[in-house]
Amino acid sequence: MVRVEFLGPIQKEALEVEASTLRDVAAALQSDAEVKDWLESCAVAVNDTLVKSLDTALKPGDKVSLLPPVCGG
Amino acid sequence: MLELFDGPVPTEELLVRWYQEEAGSNYGAYIPFIGTIRDEDGISGLSFDIYEPILESWFDAWQEKATEAGAILKMAHSRGDVPLHTSSYVAAVFSPKRKVALKMINDFVEDFKASAPIWKYDLRDGKRLYAADRSTPISGSGILGE
Repeated sequence: MVRVEFLGPIQKEALEVEASTLRDVAAALQSDAEVKDWLESCAVAVNDTLVKSLDTALKPGDKVSLLPPVCGG
Repeated sequence: MLELFDGPVPTEELLVRWYQEEAGSNYGAYIPFIGTIRDEDGISGLSFDIYEPILESWFDAWQEKATEAGAILKMAHSRGDVPLHTSSYVAAVFSPKRKVALKMINDFVEDFKASAPIWKYDLRDGKRLYAADRSTPISGSGILGE
């Protein structure tokens, strides 16, 4: 299982998801009505490093974070 | 150096302290940028969430870039609520010559706006409302929606 965390304004508790790549996480989240609409605009980090490919491999215990659009300052 | 504060950034203290820290470092230019909360659209202030692990790695990458240019960066940001007419963000570049510092403060603040994992909320009528229309997706966003 990997842990999926939702940052900033996404008001949702973390999830545990069975996944060997980010593609599996995407499939799980696309069927989740609470987060589906955020997916198009979120960046993704694995263990606090931003990633850009759904083929990114995951192992048990990894942390996947969803980062919605930002506005510091 | 990256500093985070609960509530407003203590701007006057920081600007003086940073100046003193580098007084003997032989930098010819010290260029700060100070972001202040403006009274607009009926807000009573702004509020911020920060994801610190990625903010720190983003800042460290910029500090390396600054070092290569013979400069250094300092930055402070608020967490939580920040009232009108106080500051939520202060950044500064020190460099031997002004041209490097002027370009770097511009590039740094632009990338900060586009990439730093910080979320802004308007404080209005007792509510904390995500500033969705002023927010920018981080580069590479959207892969989970493919």
